[in-house]
Amino acid sequence: MSQPFRTEKGGRIERAEQLTFTFDGEEMHGHKGDTLASALLANGVHLVGRSFKYHRPRGILTAGSEEPNALVGIYRNGDQTPNLRATQVELYQGLEATSQNRFPSLGFDIGAVNDRLSMFFPAGFYYKTFMWPKSFWDKVYEPVIRSAAGLGKPPKNPDHDFYGNLYAHCDVLVAGSGPAGLTAALAAAETGAKVILCDEQAEFGGSLLSEVNASIDGKSPTEWAGEAIAKLDAMDNVTLLTRTTAFGYFAHNYVALVERVTEHLSSPDPKLPRERLWQVRAKEVVIASGAIERPMVFPENDRPGILLAEAGRTYLNRYGVKVGHKVVVTTACDTAWQAAFDLADHGVEIAAIVDMRETPPESLLSIAKARGIRVEAGCVVTGTLGRKRVKSALIGRLMTSGKVASGGQIDCDALLMSGGWTPTVSLYSQSRGKVVWNADMGAYVPGKSFQKERSTGGAKGLYGLQATLEDGYAAGEEAAKAAIGKSVKITYAASSGGEAGEGGTLGALPHDRNATKVKAFVDYQNDVTAKDVKLAVREGMQSIEHIKRYTTTGMATDQGRLSNMNALQIASGALEKPMTDVGLTTFRQPYTPTTFGVFAGVARGDFFDPVRKTPSHDWVVEHGGVFEDVGQWKRTWYFPKSGEDMHAAVARECKTVRDSVGLFDASTLGKIEVVGPDAAEFLERMYTNPWKKLAPGRCRYGLLLNDAGFITDDGVIGRLAEDRFHVTTTTGGAPNVFATMEDYLQTEWPDLDVWITSTTEQFAVAAVQGPKAREVIAPFIEGIDLSNDAFPHMSVKEATFCGVPCRLFRISFTGELGFEINVSRQNGTMMWETLAKEIEKHNGTTYGTETMHVLRAEKGYIIVGQDTDGTVTPQDAGMTWAIGKKKLDFVGKRGLDRPDLVAENRKQFVGLFTKDPQVKLEEGAQVTSAENPETGTPAEGHVTSSYFSPALGRNIALAIVKNGHALDGKTLYVPMPDGSIPVEITGPVFYDKEGARINV
Amino acid sequence: MSDTLANDLITPDVDAAPLLSQPGVSMLKAAPITRLSLRAREATLKDAGSAFGVELPVKPMTCNTGQKRAVLWMGPDEWTLLAPADDLKATFDAIEGKHESHSHALVDISERSEAVIVSGEKAVWLLNTGIFIDFSLETFPVGTVTRTIFHKSPVMVWRTGTDTFVVEAWVSFMDYVSGLLVQSARELEAA
Repeated sequence: MSQPFRTEKGGRIERAEQLTFTFDGEEMHGHKGDTLASALLANGVHLVGRSFKYHRPRGILTAGSEEPNALVGIYRNGDQTPNLRATQVELYQGLEATSQNRFPSLGFDIGAVNDRLSMFFPAGFYYKTFMWPKSFWDKVYEPVIRSAAGLGKPPKNPDHDFYGNLYAHCDVLVAGSGPAGLTAALAAAETGAKVILCDEQAEFGGSLLSEVNASIDGKSPTEWAGEAIAKLDAMDNVTLLTRTTAFGYFAHNYVALVERVTEHLSSPDPKLPRERLWQVRAKEVVIASGAIERPMVFPENDRPGILLAEAGRTYLNRYGVKVGHKVVVTTACDTAWQAAFDLADHGVEIAAIVDMRETPPESLLSIAKARGIRVEAGCVVTGTLGRKRVKSALIGRLMTSGKVASGGQIDCDALLMSGGWTPTVSLYSQSRGKVVWNADMGAYVPGKSFQKERSTGGAKGLYGLQATLEDGYAAGEEAAKAAIGKSVKITYAASSGGEAGEGGTLGALPHDRNATKVKAFVDYQNDVTAKDVKLAVREGMQSIEHIKRYTTTGMATDQGRLSNMNALQIASGALEKPMTDVGLTTFRQPYTPTTFGVFAGVARGDFFDPVRKTPSHDWVVEHGGVFEDVGQWKRTWYFPKSGEDMHAAVARECKTVRDSVGLFDASTLGKIEVVGPDAAEFLERMYTNPWKKLAPGRCRYGLLLNDAGFITDDGVIGRLAEDRFHVTTTTGGAPNVFATMEDYLQTEWPDLDVWITSTTEQFAVAAVQGPKAREVIAPFIEGIDLSNDAFPHMSVKEATFCGVPCRLFRISFTGELGFEINVSRQNGTMMWETLAKEIEKHNGTTYGTETMHVLRAEKGYIIVGQDTDGTVTPQDAGMTWAIGKKKLDFVGKRGLDRPDLVAENRKQFVGLFTKDPQVKLEEGAQVTSAENPETGTPAEGHVTSSYFSPALGRNIALAIVKNGHALDGKTLYVPMPDGSIPVEITGPVFYDKEGARINV
Repeated sequence: MSDTLANDLITPDVDAAPLLSQPGVSMLKAAPITRLSLRAREATLKDAGSAFGVELPVKPMTCNTGQKRAVLWMGPDEWTLLAPADDLKATFDAIEGKHESHSHALVDISERSEAVIVSGEKAVWLLNTGIFIDFSLETFPVGTVTRTIFHKSPVMVWRTGTDTFVVEAWVSFMDYVSGLLVQSARELEAA
């Protein structure tokens, strides 16, 4: 297919390089340098999508990232990315694009019936209509609305791309590379400041790339821009980033950019990321985001073929594309006239220039006259005809009465409009800035700076090429001076042409049509009309924030960049209040839609979170062990032998440990070395237990509370020397315990001469538990008499294991004779493999966390975080024995005296026997006093741990139950969906109540 | 490596294959060394320095190096002392011996962490894929050392040369750290 709307020459496309692409399956051609939008227009395609609510045919409206209509899906690598703006999609060979929000086809769309029925879908429709009957919401309304809502189809497969991340620092970040941004970058770079210049487009230059009627330093704007870029590119202190959107301005001049690395390439190197997140900390920021043109709000202003005037000019001058062969230009300002002139110079018939103003500037009128262009001054467009493409414009003459008289109809195949210009204040607004109304400009412009930034050029409402260039230089100089304290005199470029224009309009235009029937769109993407805004006001919305939410105006992906000013003016008219009293919504991050992928970055798959492994890991993998995640750690859950399920494996492991011996990897336990003359004093203050009299070589169980008196952690602490303790914590609690200790040391007791050092990963730990534990370790330990008398339960000593230094603890979390051997981390695998081999000789077993849980539950040992939930005190847990009664103070001591903690009826830690020993309770199940309590009855407590106990040959459970310590032998119930389970309260120690097995 | 600090101390592990070997950047596992954590009050610093053989730096984020010795400033009262692996006991005992009467804490953390040596003209770029620090030479000159975060893992970064960094992480985090560095470096191989 030829490109009937391509100009013969001009533009920045590479005419020699033809590219083939498809749109809804139809093959078309374009050139390198095209966007999808410009290529479609070159092929005469304006209809590219259906609108969100009414399914109206829509075309390409803009040439920039603010595009509300031309949202397309792009197929790539077997999946589809929805809602890409055709104006931002760069053409590549083989690009496959598809239109959205239409069924069955773009040309014939069933949903378009919504347009005819639109009187039934006013603003606030959902809020009003779907309220009753209430029961319909879940089953009928929500599913129907959901299936109809949304634009485009989400991708189905996992993201096949990957995303990069880069932190960067610079002195001056310049966002935007139009005339102001370029000169700002030039001026700042000249001082030697580190500059990052980014632009969302494929090429630097912004508006300079579509300016053909001006010159800078005697060169064409594009030529001058090219030289400026080349100069910046040659400087070491400058980073240039095209296709890079500054989408978020956060605190302390932290600005997030997204660089689209490969999406514009036909077959990118698979080693390259799709996008890269740049997290930039800039000393100073120059916002050179320019200004965008406003649509005019007249009836049927949304037909395909209706574009913004400057977009028409950009397609012509930058992309070599004529938006039509016969074009009407309607405007309220001067700049749109240039679009008409440029098009006329390329042989496009300008059917008319329709200017609202009674007397447009004489200078423009004379140029129009010279080109023979019909001018209708004091006129507006009051409507358009044509279904899938505009075919004529209705003209209305503005009367002095304020009314509009019909002025006939002008045929055309494209309509360009310009309501004037709106500075793009999004980044300024994101930087916490508050825009201020400038009545002369008829625009909101940046007010004072809250961060180290300044806006320049169009972004602050400054127009005209020469003024913009100068302002950019000044902004760059100022930013560099503020950042590095240096300034350099540079010669400003001088330009001619590109003068600023006058004029502009806001709000809905007057017309002679039936106001209840016609639709004049304010927000194209969300299908909000002038009528909707007025309706919102009639229904009581006064603030723009309410109007926005009621009508959804300004809630599209451009966040109202196109629509806000018109909506405000309409609301202000309806409210009969000045516009400044209606308020203005805030622009938030992101500036344009940003992929989830770039936010997720590397945090996916194996790198979602660090996976921490212990020294036994590889051995366990080799021996078929099953892992469970405990925080970031991989811990062995159980070791199934062939044919065993989990229940059988755990039962075997439990029995083996009690009968002979078991080996368990305890390396993940938190370890903290507490050292210093005041070490004992410090522990005395932290833990509930007394420490000062603990002799070196001895261990004690320690219980840690928070200030409120609730149990937060526990662990065995060994005293290695007068001034050195080896503290262990729970696996999950390690970082918190360390931070809490450091907090107390720094803020409460800086006078104590004691320091803490995390040694969690310095040591690998093997627990050897069971009657034969001593025999297992004896061959490898040197330097300790392991006999019960010489090295009794709760001893610790430094020795060697297979010749390497170790700390040997005689402790038990199983109720059996037990040892825990700590060797340095690098010796951990050697220790594990040595012991694993040795226990086989004694018919022992390796065991995992599940068996560890069962064995400790049989002994009634709590697991903090499982049997406690942050509301359990030592009294509740039956552990008052762990409190040093004579101690003056410890963390949580005063909390324990609070009235509610010593009150009756607190939930207390108990054991449960199901009446039927084969029934296993569910952890977390509620415990009640009535067999079948009425709905709403508070529970007496809940089951915290529940296991089959091989030692007892029956199921056991632990629970916290109201007043539980006094209920020994009583029957309570655990109501479950299949019926209530009767349980008998018992003590929490189920096995070897005398503790004889530990002391052998 | 002649312009790098402590190149007699931080050496590649000859038994380990390079983790990364590209024209722009390489990453080598470092051989084991002695790491001691010293926490001490000001009065102790001088003696500790003389016992160790290198004066303790007091300027934040700096290091002092000597022959087969380095001391890294980790905090206002915290230093990491580095020495060859074989010198563990001797160094430990020397400081403990001199300090029996002083207020301090000396703890062996030799095997708590592992180190990789990241070097090359793209080393800064690579580190900045996961570390938010400004590694320009003006703000992070050779010799600068700090604890920081690499993506979701705590790490220690020590600049031992213009283009050479020692990156340490706790042992169980090192797969994550080195794995992500390797993954992020992949795009440097793109044409």
